[in-house]
Amino acid sequence: MAAASSLHVAAPVATPRVGSSAGNRSASAARVVRVAAAGSGAARAGGRLVARAAVAAKENSPARAASKSDGHEVLLFEALREALIEEMKVDPTVCVFGEDVGHYGGSYKVTKGLAEMFGDLRVLDTPIAENSFTGMGVGAAMKGLRPVIEGMNMGFLLLAYNQISNNCGMLHYTSGGQFKIPVVIRGPGGVGRQLGAEHSQRLESYFQSIPGLQMVACSTPYNAKGLMKAAIRSENPVVLFEHVLLYNLKEKIPDEEYVLCLEEAEMVRPGEHVTILTYSRMRYHVMQAAKTLVNKGYDPEVIDIRSLKPFDLHTIGNSIKKTHRVLIVEECMRTGGIGASLRSAIIDNFWDYLDAPIMCLSSQDVPTPYAAPLEDATVVQPAQIVAAVEQICR
Amino acid sequence: MVAAAVLRHLGAGTARRVVALPLTLSRGVSDSTEPLTVETSVPYKSHIVDPPAREVATTPRELVAFFRDMSVMRRFEIAADSLYKAKLIRGFCHLYDGQEAVAVGMEAATTRADAIITAYRDHCTYLARGGDIVAAFAELMGRRDGCSRGKGGSMHFYKKDANFYGGHGIVGAQAPLGCGLAFAHRYRKEDAVTFDLYGDGAANQGQLFEALNMAALWKLPAILVCENNHYGMGTAEWRASKSPDYYKRGDYVPGLKVDGMDVLAVKQACKFAKQHTLENGPIILEMDTYRYHGHSMSDPGSTYRTRDEIAGIRQERDPIERVRKLILTHDLSTSQELKDMEKEIRKQVDTAIAKAKESPMPDPSELFTNVYVNDCGLESFGVDRKEVTSVLP
Repeated sequence: MAAASSLHVAAPVATPRVGSSAGNRSASAARVVRVAAAGSGAARAGGRLVARAAVAAKENSPARAASKSDGHEVLLFEALREALIEEMKVDPTVCVFGEDVGHYGGSYKVTKGLAEMFGDLRVLDTPIAENSFTGMGVGAAMKGLRPVIEGMNMGFLLLAYNQISNNCGMLHYTSGGQFKIPVVIRGPGGVGRQLGAEHSQRLESYFQSIPGLQMVACSTPYNAKGLMKAAIRSENPVVLFEHVLLYNLKEKIPDEEYVLCLEEAEMVRPGEHVTILTYSRMRYHVMQAAKTLVNKGYDPEVIDIRSLKPFDLHTIGNSIKKTHRVLIVEECMRTGGIGASLRSAIIDNFWDYLDAPIMCLSSQDVPTPYAAPLEDATVVQPAQIVAAVEQICR
Repeated sequence: MVAAAVLRHLGAGTARRVVALPLTLSRGVSDSTEPLTVETSVPYKSHIVDPPAREVATTPRELVAFFRDMSVMRRFEIAADSLYKAKLIRGFCHLYDGQEAVAVGMEAATTRADAIITAYRDHCTYLARGGDIVAAFAELMGRRDGCSRGKGGSMHFYKKDANFYGGHGIVGAQAPLGCGLAFAHRYRKEDAVTFDLYGDGAANQGQLFEALNMAALWKLPAILVCENNHYGMGTAEWRASKSPDYYKRGDYVPGLKVDGMDVLAVKQACKFAKQHTLENGPIILEMDTYRYHGHSMSDPGSTYRTRDEIAGIRQERDPIERVRKLILTHDLSTSQELKDMEKEIRKQVDTAIAKAKESPMPDPSELFTNVYVNDCGLESFGVDRKEVTSVLP
């Protein structure tokens, strides 16, 4: 799976991190960081949605801001680790909870070396007790810490569902704004290589309706690092979905510090004929299908939505306005999945721009089988994506 | 003397105009800080720890304050009962009357730097932590000036500046939260502890034992307080727990069984626990207490226990009566003065209710506030950002 994205280094926008209206951040004074955006962003006023001019930079466009150095190559799990290390160095309240995150270094090596750097209290090896260590994370957050809670596999977080839904998502509201819960809940999910049903769950939809949570899915080393940093800095609870099969993706990322916007989608491949909305691992299946489609004469626009809650309807809307056709490709379950919500959001907002019914390719509503051909059939494959585009563009 | 004279001057006909006398003016009610030693009602039972002494140091002022605070709580809960029956409070309302000694005794042993977290029977704990009585009534009635802006309700009282962390509706879910608070104490090297309250019903929750394990493993300054009122809603403890000795269930974690109707015993135990936990990690305190009301307002409380039992506890072990007897025995006040104090408290509570009733309902826009912290301008909760449709250029 080739990492199709090139570096998205747009015009550097220095955004001083001043206290937001909610105020009282525990971190030190304003830090200036570059917020790398897919397009130049206009300021977001109060509650009004201000449209942003989504810059559709073509892949081979020379419009890239000069970065000070060449950047360095990392694997995706290393990018996540870099983000963690950077944030933990700067903010002493950031800590990590999870099974085998400390001495073992993390089951996917995301936290390798962190315990040696920051100590056993800041990189806490928990017993196998998801419900209560997630609850502990929420309690610690109520008291001003910023835990990053790892589920060794997203599926295990089902055991912590009560804590995530009732406490994490709701405490800011039920306390009338007194407490904030700036936790990051992260872990790998998705269908892997014959890991069996219980370890191959696609749970984005399970957390989707919890009020108060934000959800993002990373797909490249670049956005993994940026989103992890943004999630840690966010005052809201953020669920960061990683994917078991993407940890070894290699990419060159900037040496300078950067933070991505949690609510923004990423333009992967600009095009004219159809908008393909995808996230996480399916991005790569889509890009693979895109090669075939280009050979067949189609020009798909591929957007990695990244933000699963809320959706970046500006980027998505601007794309639909241009192409008038939408295909959603996701690994989530068909029933009540991210695609289902995205479809209705698009219908509610952009009905007039559509020339064809929205198509949604999701994984099948089955427990992931063990046998390889069956497992392959559970998720969307590039051939199906090609067929779908051909059908939409008929 | 002065008090009696003033009352006579007012005359029997104007009995309703009871003047609220500041405590210092009345001769009888002592505010002395002379030490006084009282023995607890029963000895402590302990599990792998040496129990504290039965002799509790207190002062007249403290005893009078206990009386006053518990009376305010008692009055608050009874008033809440009436408000519920008048349909001004809706939904679930879990009343604490009978258990006041736990909240008051605990508060006497702690500072506001210590954290307290409890479940849904939280009105009195909120008051003990310095909560505003008007805000409490307003919250119960779902008004704008409620302590959670009307959005939490009876089960969601919090007071961040007093380190009171609520207020939780799901049984047992607050246990790990409390350990998280204790973790934060340890992380920040604060010399403070967390009182993590749960009931005999929650004592069978798995997450409690998970939390206990972690607290013991990392020596977190967590004091787990089991408020054992002997009934998990309608199920008596012996029908739900194989071992109702909740103070022993920590296994490797020491425990103490305390008469939860004796405010001085509670205070002593909490002081002891605080000292213990700062050095040695978690400890369990089982408060043997009782609630006069049913589990909540929709439970009459008499289908699973006899009225005789309730009346008997009220007769023998009522926490306020115990303190009243102590005050009278030590001649710290007269019976009439205590009655006047209760009348005054009743009036204060009624005034608070009237004030709370004046508070308006929350503005409709409050439906959407505090879902997220307004971070970087984020203001959304549905996948397509509230109900505002996207505006494209």
